[in-house]
Amino acid sequence: MRRRAVLVAAALAVAALAGGSALVGAAPAAQVNQAVIDSDAMPTKLSAFGLFQPGGSVPISTVLPYELATPLFSDYADKARLIALPAGQKAVVGPDGRVQFPLGTVLVKSFGWTSVNGGRPVETRLLIHRASGWVALPYIWDADGRDATLKVAGGRLPIRFTRANGDEHSISYAVPNKNQCKDCHSQNGAIVPIGPRVGNLVFPGVGKAGAGAGRAALARAFTNPAALAGPVVRWDDARGASLDSRARAYLDVNCAHCHSPGGSASNSGLFLGRDVRDAKALGIGKRPVAAGRGSGGRDFAIAPGDPDASILIYRLENTDPGIAMPELGRGMVHREGAALLREWIASMPKATS
Amino acid sequence: MRILRSLISLGLLGLATPAAAKTIPVAAGDSAQERLQEALIKAEPGDTVQLGKGVFKLTDGLSLAVDGVTLRGAGAGNDGSVLDFSGQLGAGEGLLVTSDDVLLVDFAVVNSKGDGIKSKGADRIVYHRLRVEWLAGPRESNGAYGIYPVEASDVLVDSVYVRGASDAGIYVGQSRNIIVRDSIAVENVAGIEIENSYNADVTGNIATKNTGGILVFDLPNLPQMGGRDVRVFDNIITGNMTPNFAPKGNIVASVPTGTGVLVMANRNVHVFDNVIEDHGTVNVMVIGYRYPFEDAKYDPLPRNVVVYGNQHGRAGFAPAMEGGTELAAALGGALPPMLWDGSGANIIFGDDDGAISLGLADPKAGMAAAMPTPVVPIEDARAAVPTISPVVLPAAMEAKVK
Repeated sequence: MRRRAVLVAAALAVAALAGGSALVGAAPAAQVNQAVIDSDAMPTKLSAFGLFQPGGSVPISTVLPYELATPLFSDYADKARLIALPAGQKAVVGPDGRVQFPLGTVLVKSFGWTSVNGGRPVETRLLIHRASGWVALPYIWDADGRDATLKVAGGRLPIRFTRANGDEHSISYAVPNKNQCKDCHSQNGAIVPIGPRVGNLVFPGVGKAGAGAGRAALARAFTNPAALAGPVVRWDDARGASLDSRARAYLDVNCAHCHSPGGSASNSGLFLGRDVRDAKALGIGKRPVAAGRGSGGRDFAIAPGDPDASILIYRLENTDPGIAMPELGRGMVHREGAALLREWIASMPKATS
Repeated sequence: MRILRSLISLGLLGLATPAAAKTIPVAAGDSAQERLQEALIKAEPGDTVQLGKGVFKLTDGLSLAVDGVTLRGAGAGNDGSVLDFSGQLGAGEGLLVTSDDVLLVDFAVVNSKGDGIKSKGADRIVYHRLRVEWLAGPRESNGAYGIYPVEASDVLVDSVYVRGASDAGIYVGQSRNIIVRDSIAVENVAGIEIENSYNADVTGNIATKNTGGILVFDLPNLPQMGGRDVRVFDNIITGNMTPNFAPKGNIVASVPTGTGVLVMANRNVHVFDNVIEDHGTVNVMVIGYRYPFEDAKYDPLPRNVVVYGNQHGRAGFAPAMEGGTELAAALGGALPPMLWDGSGANIIFGDDDGAISLGLADPKAGMAAAMPTPVVPIEDARAAVPTISPVVLPAAMEAKVK
């Protein structure tokens, strides 16, 4: 929240403008290009979807910005997330807490760093709900920042950025290819959104009880907005939630998209979703299956009470592609995330045997 | 008018029939990563992505998610099509296949940072005439698996060569209906491993200079357990004496150097008509799973395992298993070529080259509790266990390797 500054600020500014313009009866709000969204086209240029105001990365006014209380770590990138619903249609919060989006919805996620290109996004990924299912498309922004270009094969970008704490980093940032989008977003063979889920979904300007300036926007976007209310767990807010729930929220978002019975790492038997109760499935005292050198010479995914003997920590703190977890989307170590999981594992009673 | 008509007919043709299968050529050279990955994404069912000759220098894992695609190279040798992952920066394997009915043929994958070629949930996949190799030879820092199909129905691995995997060269996990044949596994920790799988034929292979030649395992806490119905026959399994270089923590790190065939916690396993020799520990070992587990659905014991008709060479001269040296000393200097821990039921040795049971009904009991006794060979060993039907794969898969 504190540091994602520029990207989100831009989105918020647009949302605020939208409210204002409606009041003064200015030009009608821009709409997305629904025909392109609904087709099976893979436009070369991001602008074809009409999600952003022409010539840049400022979203149009009718899209709904959202955030995740506990986000996936992506090399310290700031992310700006948007929901673009087809005009007149609404999303539904399902009984399982996952948001069900109507056909024609686009989920937009832009990645950037405050210190890179003046905070403009570097890449934007779309998840488009089409008749054939969800389709994932990665776009990389052109050098002039006016539009972005489809890169189905993904790519690597040299990125130098400075964190708020002053640390400078120079990385080879990986934009996923279209298949890799699917690797993470696949459940039981179908592409699905991951983030929008009650308990992790946050709308700027909406309070915990569903009050606030953004409330009207939610009422326009959801048939049952009240179902969105409730506590969220922020992985980095020690005052707001217990160590256990913060660690589990972190694992849920960063690992469980693959490490679940329907995910890409189903064969590991290591399941890290927040609802998993079986200690062994969660990795506690669980021996590796196909870890190879990812085991780091350690016997268990989680050795309770002993982070330094836990494979999970070894893989989180590594950047070698044969060792690092998650396998995709991380070229740096998330020091703060690893510290949280270290603290969590250290807090577990040691195994007696 | 004529042009218009031909345009219309072309259009109709396009609608009426599926797009004709096409070949998408991809040459080695600059931006190979992007060009090859793009071809794998844009391919449509029936298409062939054709690799040119040369070395493809890759920076990230490749992936294929389109059903019915063939990835074909110009050969698996050094002068063929070599996918070189020495400079890989991301992804857990060199090539990942997640779609059905895929054929991979005539190319090499070298020096991937993680696994070589993995296919997950890719039914009816065919691996044919491939090479997966870590060029520096056995090293703990090599990737885990060379050829790695998992969670699939109908798997054919035919005429591949794998060298240097720090776990298993050819590993088939949590799958069913599997043939691994006519392949060569050299200098891996495990040459060929069938794990938590149903119905596998492992035949006509050469497994040599690995730590263990051919492994048939079942492990707990996995979505698919109860490995069974595996036939290991007509293989040459020799000199698997490379010191175990698996990273600790992995189950194969426990494989004693110098093991020919290792059957653990499976049922209905037939090991027959192989040549098995030059193993410092033993030629054939049958054991239960010896680690603690909490999984009510898991059976840690071997059952209905038969070993017959094999040609045994020298074995037991340098036992690397726990307590092996002491045991060999007690037996006059060497272990017999076949060893059973004594757990499970109906473990049958037909070969009369010498077998021993450690008498450990509980596989967790240590060597200190062992009460070694010779196992008397059984004349008609084959009749003592349930028969297993040969694995038959869909004809379309076999046609791809004809």
